[in-house]
Amino acid sequence: MNRVWAVIERDLRRFRRSPVLVVMSMVFPLVQLVVLGYAFGGKIKNLRVAVVDQDHGVPAVRLREMFQAVAANARTFDTVSYSDSREALQDLRDGKLNGVLNIPPEFSRRVFAQARPQLALIEDNTDNFVASTLEATVEGMLAPYNQKGPQPRLPPEATLSVVEIYPYVPYIQYLLPGTIVLSVFMAAMIGGGIVFIDDKARGLHEGYLVTPIQKHELILGFTLAGTIRAILSGLVLVTLGSLIAAIPDPLNLARLVRLTILVVATALALISMMFLLMVRVSDPLVPRAIFGLLNTVLFFPSGAVYPVNGFPSWMKAIAVVDPFTYAVHGFKELILKNTGLTAIAGDLTYLLVFAAVMMGSATLLFRRTL
Amino acid sequence: MGDIEVEQITKCFGSFCAVSELSFSVGHGEVFGLLGPNGAGKSTLIRMLTTLVPPTSGSARVNGFDVANQAYQVRQSIGVIPQAMTSDPDLSADENMTIFAKLYSVPRDRRKRVTRELLEAVDLGQWMDKPVKQFSGGMRRRLEIARGLVHEPKIFFLDEPTTGLDPASRVAVWEMLSRLKKEHDLTILLTTHYMDEADKLCDRIAIVDHGKLVALDSPLKLKASIPGTNILEVSFSRTPEGWPETLENLPEVASVKTQDHVFRISSHNGPRTVVELVEAARRAQIEVTSLSVQSTTLDDVFMHYTGHQLRDSLQSALAYDSSFMYQRGQRP
Repeated sequence: MNRVWAVIERDLRRFRRSPVLVVMSMVFPLVQLVVLGYAFGGKIKNLRVAVVDQDHGVPAVRLREMFQAVAANARTFDTVSYSDSREALQDLRDGKLNGVLNIPPEFSRRVFAQARPQLALIEDNTDNFVASTLEATVEGMLAPYNQKGPQPRLPPEATLSVVEIYPYVPYIQYLLPGTIVLSVFMAAMIGGGIVFIDDKARGLHEGYLVTPIQKHELILGFTLAGTIRAILSGLVLVTLGSLIAAIPDPLNLARLVRLTILVVATALALISMMFLLMVRVSDPLVPRAIFGLLNTVLFFPSGAVYPVNGFPSWMKAIAVVDPFTYAVHGFKELILKNTGLTAIAGDLTYLLVFAAVMMGSATLLFRRTL
Repeated sequence: MGDIEVEQITKCFGSFCAVSELSFSVGHGEVFGLLGPNGAGKSTLIRMLTTLVPPTSGSARVNGFDVANQAYQVRQSIGVIPQAMTSDPDLSADENMTIFAKLYSVPRDRRKRVTRELLEAVDLGQWMDKPVKQFSGGMRRRLEIARGLVHEPKIFFLDEPTTGLDPASRVAVWEMLSRLKKEHDLTILLTTHYMDEADKLCDRIAIVDHGKLVALDSPLKLKASIPGTNILEVSFSRTPEGWPETLENLPEVASVKTQDHVFRISSHNGPRTVVELVEAARRAQIEVTSLSVQSTTLDDVFMHYTGHQLRDSLQSALAYDSSFMYQRGQRP
């Protein structure tokens, strides 16, 4: 154990002397949390919509008033009046507008005659998020518009009541579990087996290899050193990230203990996975080159940014074996639902078994010669 | 039995054999040098003896342990200074020593004492808390040597311990090695391509060229084994036909070799041969454009046994550099 500790001690002493490395490995996931959390979490507002009224009847005026009410209150869009539909369409094509609502001639007459009155919403569908928001808002507006007379006290149709058992989860909170796992992954990319590759490139490894250290001690030493770094990084993200994302009761001690256990299991799994992937690599540029690929292949299929249920089958297959999936699921349970360890027992078991398999395989493949 | 026994050891990388059927023995307390140019196979041999590279065939025993089958025991009983600087530049000298002492399982109470003693011995006592990246090449090499002795081994391997150092640092390392050898009762095997280093430090020298052992003896005996006690290097304004034979027939001349229009004449009596040579040139109306007389060196020994000079081999050795080959993954 003395030799294992010597490897850990050396790595941690070096890490301590690189404060920039320490800070940068934590800053990137935090920045991602804030930027992605707010980039995806907000409501779409201030779309520019042209209203071309070719009818000018009372029903058309009522419709325009409803539009202006939305513009003044929800501010999903701002309305701009056009008299010429061709001019409005040209501005739509030129990117000056997001949509054109056309109230055709004869609209009012058809409303009174109940003869399928139709509006036309011509939209810029190159942005799906904008287009669907516009459609949903206009459709939502038409429902009360179409309603005839007062609502009955007891509605005759079946209705749905939705009960949410947890408080509302903003997107930044939804993103936090994935960000914590990402911070651990970042630490794995600058620690563990990557340090050994760096040593190889600088010729320092020859110094180790001439000592009596056994290869399982060497691997355990590098893995534990990397794990300690990753735990530190993960814990900073757990606390700072929870504060930034406004998680309720972020410093609850019992939950922090449970989170720490999951951070340890995640760190062990990811560090040992990286050691196995890099066990025969000598070129220090290789880990840097494949970082983007690994990040994409492991992070996005894990359900960190979008539910796994929405993936095609091949991505679901990746999610099944991806340690990120289990780590992200575990953090979601602990952070968003404040559950106990029982709820994440499956995740913990997978991560620890995964770590053991990775380390065992790395030990078998590791070459203790030059 | 010697501390190091090497029997017909061979290491091939594909069809290229870096070391071919080398055999020798190093006795207890001896300083044994492997002399040869880069690419001669010295580093490959030392890596086999220190368990870093498995031999293709043959065997070697270090401190009585087989390098292939008892690698752990071999590593416990040796100290190794590889050719590359392997101390961590981000750590201090003391931290480097301490971590390596732990890797060798040196008990805590001895660790502190040995670290301080060794750093003092290599004149780094006042630098022990400074980061190694602030050290000069010579200081770093001295630290490497101290670190290799932290577990108090009896057999010490040094792969080109003074390569890249300035002359003053080289002399400092030589003096330090001689002192440490006496104090610690060490058996030392070192590789070098510096003839003066081998001459100064080694009790016996094995001359290695193209992976083969070409001569092995003490420096004095090696020098005595070649003809002549002086080497004359002489060049002339012109060399008429039959001139080499004229030179061979001069009194006291043992042999004459030509390289790049320079005649290398081995003589049993340098001053007398010089007088005769100048007289012969005057009679033949040939101008002597340069002339030097020197005692026999290991370079002469190397040239005698290999047919080429060590310094020429060093210049053309890059293509055969075995450490370069490791990087290209040419090992089987």
